[in-house]
Amino acid sequence: MTTFTLNGRSVTVDAEPDTPLLWVLRDDQGLTGTKFGCGVGMCGACTVHIDGRAARSCITLMGDVAGARVTTIEGLDPGHAHPVQKAWAALQVPQCGYCQSGQIMQAVALIGHFPQPSDADIDAVMAGNLCRCMTYARIRAAIKDAALEMGA
Amino acid sequence: MTKLNAIPLSRRGFLITGGATGLVCGFLTPALAAWDPMGAVTPTAPSFDPTLWYSIDATGMVTVNIIRAEMGQHVGTAIARILADELEVDWAQVRITHVDTDPKWGLMVTGGSWSVWQSFPVYAQAGAAGRIALIEAGAAMMGVASADCTARAGVVSGGDRSVSYAEIVAKGVTRSFNADELAAMPIKPVSERRLIGKPVTALDVAGKIDGSVIYGIDAKVEGMVYARPLLPPTRNGSVALSVDDAAAKGVKGYLSSLILDDPSGTVPGWVMVMAESYPAAIKASNLVKVTWAPGPTAAVDEAQIQDRARALIADPAAGALLDTGGGDTDAAFAAAASRIEATYTTATVLHFQLEPVNALAVEVDGVMEVHTGNQWQSLILPQLAMALGRDESTVLMRTYPMGGGFGRRLNGDYAIPAALAAQALGRPVKMILTRADDARFDSVRSPSVQTLRMAFDAAGAVTGMEHHAAAGWPTQVMAAFFMPKGTNGEPYDPFAISGADHWYEVGAQKVRALSNDLANATFRPGWLRSVGPGWTNWALESFMDTAAAHVGADPLAFRLGLLTGAGRNAGVTVNDKGGALRQANVLRLVAERAGWGTPLPAGSARGIATSFGQERGMPTWVACVAEVTVDPATGIVTVQKLTIVTDAGTIIDPDSARAQTEGAMLWGLSMALYEGTEFAAGQVRDTNLNTYTPLRIGDVPLLDISFVDSAEVPVGLGEPATTVVAPAIGNAIFAATGGRVTHIPITPQAVLAAAAAPGAP
Repeated sequence: MTTFTLNGRSVTVDAEPDTPLLWVLRDDQGLTGTKFGCGVGMCGACTVHIDGRAARSCITLMGDVAGARVTTIEGLDPGHAHPVQKAWAALQVPQCGYCQSGQIMQAVALIGHFPQPSDADIDAVMAGNLCRCMTYARIRAAIKDAALEMGA
Repeated sequence: MTKLNAIPLSRRGFLITGGATGLVCGFLTPALAAWDPMGAVTPTAPSFDPTLWYSIDATGMVTVNIIRAEMGQHVGTAIARILADELEVDWAQVRITHVDTDPKWGLMVTGGSWSVWQSFPVYAQAGAAGRIALIEAGAAMMGVASADCTARAGVVSGGDRSVSYAEIVAKGVTRSFNADELAAMPIKPVSERRLIGKPVTALDVAGKIDGSVIYGIDAKVEGMVYARPLLPPTRNGSVALSVDDAAAKGVKGYLSSLILDDPSGTVPGWVMVMAESYPAAIKASNLVKVTWAPGPTAAVDEAQIQDRARALIADPAAGALLDTGGGDTDAAFAAAASRIEATYTTATVLHFQLEPVNALAVEVDGVMEVHTGNQWQSLILPQLAMALGRDESTVLMRTYPMGGGFGRRLNGDYAIPAALAAQALGRPVKMILTRADDARFDSVRSPSVQTLRMAFDAAGAVTGMEHHAAAGWPTQVMAAFFMPKGTNGEPYDPFAISGADHWYEVGAQKVRALSNDLANATFRPGWLRSVGPGWTNWALESFMDTAAAHVGADPLAFRLGLLTGAGRNAGVTVNDKGGALRQANVLRLVAERAGWGTPLPAGSARGIATSFGQERGMPTWVACVAEVTVDPATGIVTVQKLTIVTDAGTIIDPDSARAQTEGAMLWGLSMALYEGTEFAAGQVRDTNLNTYTPLRIGDVPLLDISFVDSAEVPVGLGEPATTVVAPAIGNAIFAATGGRVTHIPITPQAVLAAAAAPGAP
């Protein structure tokens, strides 16, 4: 049994301690916005926030999240209108959309650390998030727009 | 050319009929319910279907039926815009629904950048017919002559009176058009268009930023079990002899392991490991031991595949000859004052769509339903029926949005193991491939070898050209019925040679397509974004620069000199109107935008390349200039800027057009510099992101994207920009260093080697 906070509510899950958090989120908790891409923490599609930091849920084990605060794309903003999401919508960033939950969660964490991110900051932090549709130019622009909005 | 534009409109013609009784109970599809096919497939409530392609309900809501699969191209939005424009309704009144595989929809395929091109006449004429019917009915209701009425924003107006579509539909409409009438239905003049070409927010975007879109991998049904397959040592011909799952029995949730019996031969040697959860299936699968008798290609490597391609090219009797308008190249080369020849190669490429292939199979009321994202349902349905020993009428596919397609899901082979397992178990089975499994099971882009030759007269004019291309042929392996015959009677895969039959005037011309049988045996060749032009245009446009250098001409001027639009290159149909002159136009425009011929810092240079897109029957004219910097010490190439100009005729949805071009260009860049793999011991060497390295955000150069303002037939945009980038970069490297690279992906070592041997072709 593992108890942790998921999108603001306490949940207790009966899963083996070596079960990746990703599958608990998707299959036990029904939060399918977090995606399975590579399974080795190198594509970023499974990115969630654990205690406020971006983490790859596919390589985070249940035994490691006991007592932690986990936030997924579904819990990022009650109205799904976080400034990053609004910037994503305004620029129509998604194509297939599969990586975008992870991109958005990573971008929120990025702006938390770098309120006015430079191109180099974006390159460094977002390098771990693959977008196979190659929406990168829009991701960059949306991050800058969101950072401006959040800093205003 | 294969008739690619022949979609059956409707087997029962176009019948507008309905009445108040059928509409009172009108079933209103909630906005975007289409993204949850599990919830959207209960059309039990009466609804009014004016045509196969859309319905209008008593509130005036228009629901457009989309047979194309959504994989990031916002295809439903574009198609619905076409219809709504002709129908004269407000965009806010339009919904889309992605349909199942009921035979009434006809051929279901999403590929080739065909969707908008094929859908435009069908949906525009269906919309126009609906508008005419509603105007007639509205006129009758108002007691006004229909000739005196107009329709706008879902309202018919005549004189000082008006009536809404909702009111007309509620009262009842009866008007039918037969297929001939529909095919002859005039559409509005360009000046009357209100939605086409205007900005729009794509209908699928909102659900993709809040995590609510349900992809195939998210599908679930009560009582399903999870499966992870164990893949045999070869794609074809392996046999699973025995399974030892003793160690797996200790895994909590493990159920069983099953050797698949597949009469369709799609997944020979597969073993499915099943459990109550996916992590348990993975854990158990790592403990299950399978003994296989490997297939015959277990030792094949990339070099052998490419050697086979070279041997085929060297055999003058092999392959299919395309109709290039005749001409005797042997004579042209014999009489030539000078000749050049070069050979180009491309590496194996993975689709690496981010959502690994998966499928959920569940039997419902005697029908085996397969829930998955798929691009060519009509191709895999008969295979599913054969595998399951069922009549095709008892197999149904429900199509989900895809986490990337890029051609991988034109091949629906992954649907079969899930369905076989569900049938064998008598329980719903959801199969998900791990990333490494997905890579090993991928229908990769075949490696290729191509040899090009050109003959010149004493004045340096081109008098003959040959293009010989050998690769694995996806269409031969998976859809042989789609293959046309060459002039020598040999069938060929049009998608594997397209691009070589270019629009340049080169005198006598020979294009020869060769099927690499060793490639076809070793893996199931795939259609990957652009398919053949991904390699043919690499060779062709690199070679055009070599040819320009041979005669001392500027690469742009040399190309323009051959794009005269004469003879078969004039363009004869509405699709290719203008012919080669439109290709010349985009070349001129891109050169102007990119500052072709203006100075750059030392170590930097520009290269140019062009393409007509996917096939001569549906040309999308593209030209690209790459500005690159080459580090002479390391050979590392940095692309500073890509400028691209596209003439795709009428642009339906400008932002999506731009998005598709961004994606296609960067795919081109990724395959030029960053990604590729090779076969070793019968399998792809790279199976995950630790060694397979597609382009990331920091690799993106400046992008300058523009479109030619045009009212011509709208053609495809998903692929054409892919194929110009690699040759533009190669040509820029040539301009910077004098060295010619002939293989993609281009490595720093290859750049250094080329720079050390200037003048080599």
